[in-house]
Amino acid sequence: MAGKTLYDKLWDAHLVKQRGDGSALIYIDRHILHEVTSPQAFEGLRIAGRKPWRLDMNVATPDHNISTDSVERAAGVDGIPDETSRIQVKTLDDNCEYFGIREFGMNEMGQGIVHVMGPELGASLPGMTVVCGDSHTATHGAFACLAHGIGTSEVEHVLATQCLVTKKMKNMLIVVDGVLGNGVTPKDVVLAIIGEIGTAGGTGCAIEFAGQVFRDMSIEGRMTVCNMAIEAGARVGMVAVDDQTIEYFEGRKFAPTGEVWDQAVAYWETLQSDTDAVFDTVVALKGEDILPQVTWGTSPEMVLPVTGVIPRSEDETDPAKKQGIEQALRYMGLKGGTPITEIPVDRVFIGSCTNSRIEDMRAAAKVAKGRKVSGSVKQVLVVPGSQMVKAQAEAEGLDKIFIEAGMDWREPGCSMCLAMNADKLGSGEHCASTSNRNFEGRQGNGGRTHLVSPAMAAAAAIAGHIIDVRTFDETYVGESA
Amino acid sequence: MKAFTVHKGLVAGIDRANVDTDMIIPKQFLKSIKRSGFGPNLFDELRYLDEGKPGQDCSDRPLNKDFILNQPRYKGASVLLTRDNFGCGSSREHAPWAMEDYGFRAVIGPSFADIFFNNCFKIGLLPVVLKGSIVDRLFSEVEENEGYELTVDLPRQVVVTPSGEEFLFDVDEFGKGCLLEGLDEIGLTLNDLDTIRAYEAAREKDTPWLFGAIK
Repeated sequence: MAGKTLYDKLWDAHLVKQRGDGSALIYIDRHILHEVTSPQAFEGLRIAGRKPWRLDMNVATPDHNISTDSVERAAGVDGIPDETSRIQVKTLDDNCEYFGIREFGMNEMGQGIVHVMGPELGASLPGMTVVCGDSHTATHGAFACLAHGIGTSEVEHVLATQCLVTKKMKNMLIVVDGVLGNGVTPKDVVLAIIGEIGTAGGTGCAIEFAGQVFRDMSIEGRMTVCNMAIEAGARVGMVAVDDQTIEYFEGRKFAPTGEVWDQAVAYWETLQSDTDAVFDTVVALKGEDILPQVTWGTSPEMVLPVTGVIPRSEDETDPAKKQGIEQALRYMGLKGGTPITEIPVDRVFIGSCTNSRIEDMRAAAKVAKGRKVSGSVKQVLVVPGSQMVKAQAEAEGLDKIFIEAGMDWREPGCSMCLAMNADKLGSGEHCASTSNRNFEGRQGNGGRTHLVSPAMAAAAAIAGHIIDVRTFDETYVGESA
Repeated sequence: MKAFTVHKGLVAGIDRANVDTDMIIPKQFLKSIKRSGFGPNLFDELRYLDEGKPGQDCSDRPLNKDFILNQPRYKGASVLLTRDNFGCGSSREHAPWAMEDYGFRAVIGPSFADIFFNNCFKIGLLPVVLKGSIVDRLFSEVEENEGYELTVDLPRQVVVTPSGEEFLFDVDEFGKGCLLEGLDEIGLTLNDLDTIRAYEAAREKDTPWLFGAIK
């Protein structure tokens, strides 16, 4: 009999009941809640007179539509200027208090974007099933969690039963061997993968990322990659446990200690695919072939190396793709045949659950240090992913580097990734963004997003247009992945 | 949840691939703490010429006349025909809520994004996967025939055209059962209360670090 994949092992460990109709109940170890996708679920519980199954599996924080402005933020929840946003954040506070769920309040140490705060607090740990009403929950797969986004009806279901009704997915392996060149980051790796397999390439699959590039990558870098599994169509993205994984969690707030820690580590060390495990699909890329990536269109698969040229619709023979290119170029206000490096940039966003961790802040600061934002750029938002990232960055003096370069250093939250608060693009504005989606209107009605790594975003801010961070400055040496 | 058995309705087609959930319901409307009322903002950025605001009366907003759902012949459409990877992007259940609130009961396409597909079943909106070549034909038939209606028959798992032609579709047994009965899934899961408790007790013994840490 063939061995098991990491996904098979996690599935088997959490299977409560396989039902005759093909569905299964799996047990959920961690449920992370935020203000946007939880109110209707809590309301459902109240209407049905139900209580959460247990409290110690849930953790909540507001992130999506809180202000990142320090003055507004200092005024507390009552200071949120938009009434609907204020009501939503208050509703989360009220629901957590009413049901007894641990919440990290808006200005409390520990608060942050759900997928930044979960790992840094050790609220999510290797081998867990983690769900959240947010599609980027795959982030927690970076340390071998079976983690995925769920809808609000499922949020209510998990609250009430600690289980999720689901079906087993297929196994997909993405191997990236070799080493990454200077200036090539985890973000570039995942964008290159999406460019290769497409935004529906992983539909119905749990992806495991393996190979030398991921072994050499930091845990934070692995989070960036797993975070965007959904942009490849897969709800789940994972990396096996190694020594780095275990080191990452030692001493974290909710991580075990003493004997229980040793017991946990012994279990975590088993969280790899067996050597004879069989995957339904295998995709292989070479680390050396990956260059810094930039999206030019309105889907994450519309991505090219920074050395590339925007495609011309007339060169495309497939009618559906041709229509897609035309639609994207029209929305983006770009012409086929233009070099990627000639794309102008009006605003820059450095943040989001994809790229707002301390290593991302350091990578951006390294490029920004001693330089000034181009006069043609209206705004550069640097938004740390959590209170802890903010505190660490300030302890390292990164905030000063950003401010001296002419960038805005903000309070933690989701910010311009989805523009639910005041941080948004104006119509027609181009943005070099470290977020995860370049959909039409995502960062503001009519806004034009170009997904890039933190180093590329910082370089674009200085240059005023997209620029290859590797040649940006002869002295620049990229962070090794 | 509203039960779904057989539905016959006017068809409208959105002829583009990768329609994402930001397109289906833009983020500013996600601030609502309610489950209903999203219909007027379905496809907001495609449907209106101005930028929509939550809570706004949409009846006098300038319409994008070119958008399919604004054309008089598609008024009252309740079956949406789509292209590949419909519903990609975020997990927001607000997307199927908005479609249901607008009046759609079924959505037919060659492929759907996982989370969207799953969310539809939870709220009584039936997603139907048909082969790309069939979807191509349906798109032409809809365009050529004003008032074109399809029947979506869940018990028999067929889509029936006006000429009586039938296309079979697959549906997962559990999802089908829930839709046919309009079932409360939580109630159903709680029938297995003892199984869940037994699993939990064993797990607490084997992996004690998962329990009690968050207070």
